[in-house]
Amino acid sequence: MSISHEIPTYFRVNIDRDLCKKCKRCTNHCSYGALSFNGEKIVPDDNKCVACQRCVAMCPGKAIKVVQNESYLPPHGNYTRRIRNILWAQSGTGGVLLSATGNDRPIRSIFDDLLLDACQVTNPSIDPLRETIETKIFFGRKPEKLDFIVDAEDDSKVSLKTEFFPHFEISAPIMVGHMSLGSISYNACMAIYQACKEINILAGSGEGGLHPDFYEYGSNIITEVASGRFGVDINYLHNAAGIEIKIGQGAKPGHGGHLPGEKVNSLISQTRMIPKGSDALSPYPHHDIYSIEDLAQLIAALKEATRYKVPIGVKIAAVHNSAPIAVGIVRGGADFITLDGFRGGTGAAPRIIRDHAGIPIELAIASVDERLRQENLRDQVTLVAGGSIRYSADLIKAIALGADVGMVAMPVLIAMGCRVCQQCFRGLCSWGIATQQEYLVNRLDIDVARNRIINLFHSWNEELKEVLGAMGIDSVESLRSNRDRLRYIGPNPKIAEILGVKHAGE
Amino acid sequence: MINSEIVLGTEDKEFKEIEAAPKGNPLIYKVLNEKIHKAINEGFKRIVINDVCGQRFIGASLQGDLEIIINGLPGNDLGIFMDGPKIVVHGNCEDQSGNTMNDGMIVVDGDGGDVIGLSARGGKMYIKKDVGYRVGIHMKEYERKYPVLIFGGTAKDFLGEYMAGGLIIALGLEFLSDGTVIETDATICGNELGTGIHRGKIILRTKEDLTHKLGVGAKLFEISKEEEADIKPFIKEFCEIFNIPFDMIGNKPLKVIKPISKRPFGGNYCGQLI
Repeated sequence: MSISHEIPTYFRVNIDRDLCKKCKRCTNHCSYGALSFNGEKIVPDDNKCVACQRCVAMCPGKAIKVVQNESYLPPHGNYTRRIRNILWAQSGTGGVLLSATGNDRPIRSIFDDLLLDACQVTNPSIDPLRETIETKIFFGRKPEKLDFIVDAEDDSKVSLKTEFFPHFEISAPIMVGHMSLGSISYNACMAIYQACKEINILAGSGEGGLHPDFYEYGSNIITEVASGRFGVDINYLHNAAGIEIKIGQGAKPGHGGHLPGEKVNSLISQTRMIPKGSDALSPYPHHDIYSIEDLAQLIAALKEATRYKVPIGVKIAAVHNSAPIAVGIVRGGADFITLDGFRGGTGAAPRIIRDHAGIPIELAIASVDERLRQENLRDQVTLVAGGSIRYSADLIKAIALGADVGMVAMPVLIAMGCRVCQQCFRGLCSWGIATQQEYLVNRLDIDVARNRIINLFHSWNEELKEVLGAMGIDSVESLRSNRDRLRYIGPNPKIAEILGVKHAGE
Repeated sequence: MINSEIVLGTEDKEFKEIEAAPKGNPLIYKVLNEKIHKAINEGFKRIVINDVCGQRFIGASLQGDLEIIINGLPGNDLGIFMDGPKIVVHGNCEDQSGNTMNDGMIVVDGDGGDVIGLSARGGKMYIKKDVGYRVGIHMKEYERKYPVLIFGGTAKDFLGEYMAGGLIIALGLEFLSDGTVIETDATICGNELGTGIHRGKIILRTKEDLTHKLGVGAKLFEISKEEEADIKPFIKEFCEIFNIPFDMIGNKPLKVIKPISKRPFGGNYCGQLI
């Protein structure tokens, strides 16, 4: 007889038997199989509970509470419970541990160590309620300078000589990060795209193709070309506001996408253009890209394929040498760069990479911005940055550090109902977000989700205006790379030095 | 010489002739491709491009029943994202020809470079002689889309890597300058054959023992009667285009490489709650 190697549960499902009406609604709603009815009463299985709170929200009698398991493990400051659980799981299965969402290690956030400047006496602030503060930006490559032709005979006739690169306007410096149909559901995608079109911000398609139903929102969608080339055809290229070559993702630098075959149902098959039930593997690296010259070739190919009508960009994960790579990307012809920090999210990634690879986005934005300025390239390119922009404060600080656009994904999922249970890779999302099972997807009301996303970003945009007003700045473009409006209060002066930010009090 | 009427038909069509290197000065790819688009907008269905010397992206994302005849050496990414047209190359082609091709046909009267047919989803690519490394990587199929890549000679390492569908055929022939076709002495392909393959098949015409060349997830099979019948029309068409005596094909056995699983790496991962 072997000893039990069951991993101690984090959670306990408590059912108040007096309040429970035995309606079994919770058993239907629990997609993880943690609740069942044995003929007499509801029986919880704590081992299966992920604390997604669906049963709690759905119980008509408010009889269910998910609490922390009080079972006490021998304490150890170094072998924390998390590490012990990893070792137990690995020795039980022998597999590479999967994980979802972003890095969950309690690493100090640099955003939290930054404070914003505000006007007092000598530099007047602006009241955003009465005065115009612009939060729109122009997305795409910009000319270095403008040249004009003055008429030889009549010097009052002046015309523009400079030819513009493809670019477009968005109403706020926000892009919903790339989440493919496959990693999230049809309803979740639809809610995001509808919201983005309504408020004229951007959304990323992810690397899983674009379902024909989403073509009408294409003017607000950046589509992605990854090494798997899923769903990449002419319609995909021609129905996008911009196209991004995906080299890396913040949650899994150096790693390709991997959608398991069981998630490839007919909808996913149709969108990715692969057979049902086949794994959707994105080989890494891109086998046509081994150098900046090769990258420039794919950028040029996409520009040829779209007849120079839309901006073409490159997404990289934030790593130690992001700054020189970013310079290569711009020189290679890219119109925008997307930087994804080490806290960036994922639907499925090996835990070892999610938790340990990459660098914080704050440092990457500052070093890329600085290097591009040294090379006189900064103003030519749009810099999109994400990787745990959690709320408007992070967005504002990211812009002040040097980003043009903040890329945001988890907050959008949370707005739609996500409780951050971090089980996305299992495809069982009880809130209908990170799943492909129809009965679960139907739980997500597109209209409600869309309106909540619109509300969220309306709120962020208003808060951005409040801050800009308090700083006395009337356009978000003047906040970009304006690091003098930030101060550092963290413990490590080296970080302030890399960020190019003074310490508070200086 | 090749029988291009099998590809293009015998009908005489009005065509537009474009010089890719007027007065010996090669056009940059942007200018050449703009000329091609202009000719298409003028309504030409057949375009002949002379003196091509390395210009990239010829045929990029073109759609419809167009015919492009290339005299010379087209550069990388020939026919990238192409959806329907036919390209005939009187010369060799370089890397990534047929990159992410959705439909159409590329016929090359010569050698092919590396990574030919990268991620192609449909269409045919017929290359007369040898090809380079990582050919047919991540070719895929979907519903009626079924990419077919045939080359008359041999390939290097990583043939059919990560293959997700479609058909690759290597014939192992050698073409002498006087037009005669003989069996090659060279090895039919390099190592890591079909590594990561999870759909589709690779058919190699060879007597070699391939077992030590197989990559992860690839398995060697004898060809079945049905498979032989399925591929015969493709091989026949290939032989007719390139003047190869079809009877020769039977002189060596056809070996099939197929995936052991649709999910070669499914077991590597653990979804245990921690």
